[in-house]
Amino acid sequence: MTDTELRVSKIQSGTVIDHVSAGEALHVLKLLGIDGTGGTTVSLGMNVPSDRLGRKDVVKVEGRELSDSEAEVLSLIAPEATINIIRDYDVVEKRRVERPEEVGGVLVCPNRECITNAGEPVDPTFAVLDDGLRCEYCGEIVREDITAHLRD
Amino acid sequence: MRHDHLLTAKQLSRADIETVLDRAAAFDDDPEAASERYADTLLALCFFEPSTRTKMSFETAAKRLGGDVVDMGSVESSSVKKGESLADTVRVVEGYADGIVLRHPKQGAAKMASEHVDVPVVNAGDGAGHHPSQTLLDLYTIRERAGLDDISVGIMGDLKYGRTVHSLAHALTNFDVRQHFVSPESLRLPRSVRYDLHEAGAQVREHEDLEAVLPNLDVLYVTRIQRERFPDEDEYEEVAGEYRITPETLDAASDDLAVMHPLPRVDEISGAIDETENATYFEQAHNGVPVRMALLDLLLNDD
Repeated sequence: MTDTELRVSKIQSGTVIDHVSAGEALHVLKLLGIDGTGGTTVSLGMNVPSDRLGRKDVVKVEGRELSDSEAEVLSLIAPEATINIIRDYDVVEKRRVERPEEVGGVLVCPNRECITNAGEPVDPTFAVLDDGLRCEYCGEIVREDITAHLRD
Repeated sequence: MRHDHLLTAKQLSRADIETVLDRAAAFDDDPEAASERYADTLLALCFFEPSTRTKMSFETAAKRLGGDVVDMGSVESSSVKKGESLADTVRVVEGYADGIVLRHPKQGAAKMASEHVDVPVVNAGDGAGHHPSQTLLDLYTIRERAGLDDISVGIMGDLKYGRTVHSLAHALTNFDVRQHFVSPESLRLPRSVRYDLHEAGAQVREHEDLEAVLPNLDVLYVTRIQRERFPDEDEYEEVAGEYRITPETLDAASDDLAVMHPLPRVDEISGAIDETENATYFEQAHNGVPVRMALLDLLLNDD
């Protein structure tokens, strides 16, 4: 076990999201809908040294395994992330995140004139571009600060 | 052409466009040719924003095909005023009509509507987004006046919010057209349209002054610079005069230049242009009927 891993406690079962871009850990929690009120045990390491990234964040979530759709959206804000599924203190699955072709239901379109912001029964859906996201309804392109558009 | 809906000009290939324009030309030559083809066919006009030309030309087109229309009427007199969603409105209208022509102030409204109904939806303008049926009549007009290949088209005015501009720019990428966009910095094409033009490998230049590019143009497509978009009246006055077409402006243009405008115009084209050979905007508006006849013919035909 490395020094970095020792900075935050081991978990018995759940998910360790490693190699999150430095400073993005809180956005990862927001993406997962974790705000501290649900009782989920969470350990965070922020700006810890990383051979691969220089600095990185690590998020450990007790008692919860990330779904495939959560992993897809995670790729948008933490493209270098690795997901480790832990059961009884052992890593039973380890994978890199993969960018999907589109994501739906987790982001809000920043264009106030988009139909997805008009109270209609429609899930905002975004095509994933090489360098951003594009609303499938109004065409708005989001390149910067994607996490600012996560749905509450 | 086989599409269930017409939502944006981006979905149209060159072959699709040529199919519509060729059929429109046939209707233009012989308006009676299909006068009974769509008897018993009803088209629903759902206009959540004011419209004169688009609405009337769709109505005329439907009737010239032997069909009829049902009109939602004004928003003020509809259930929308009671808080009904657009999704519910179109689901109800689907039960009445064989196709829906939708104008709505929100971008993406037609796409969303199309996901809730099984009848064809035609986007007749969605906010600052798209207006593809206007583009088809624009292309028809350009083809008649200048052809659609090896030409230079200037598009001038409010490029940021002008939906007719966005749709036309997309559609022109199907042809060998050099596109010159002329606008104040504050009203440049939106990032999403520039992205698409880049992806399509379009020949595009952006300018703030018409002067330099005007002599090379075959078509000048003018749109209204919208006063209400400017935070400062003085700022509007400063640029508005720069984007007004007068007979003097055209001194530097080719004699064959076609001056187009989706209408309504305010003062961006001087009335003195109307009687010149350059004025093409009323002919353009007239073309709305045969082009929309052709479009409806292709969308409503089950064969």
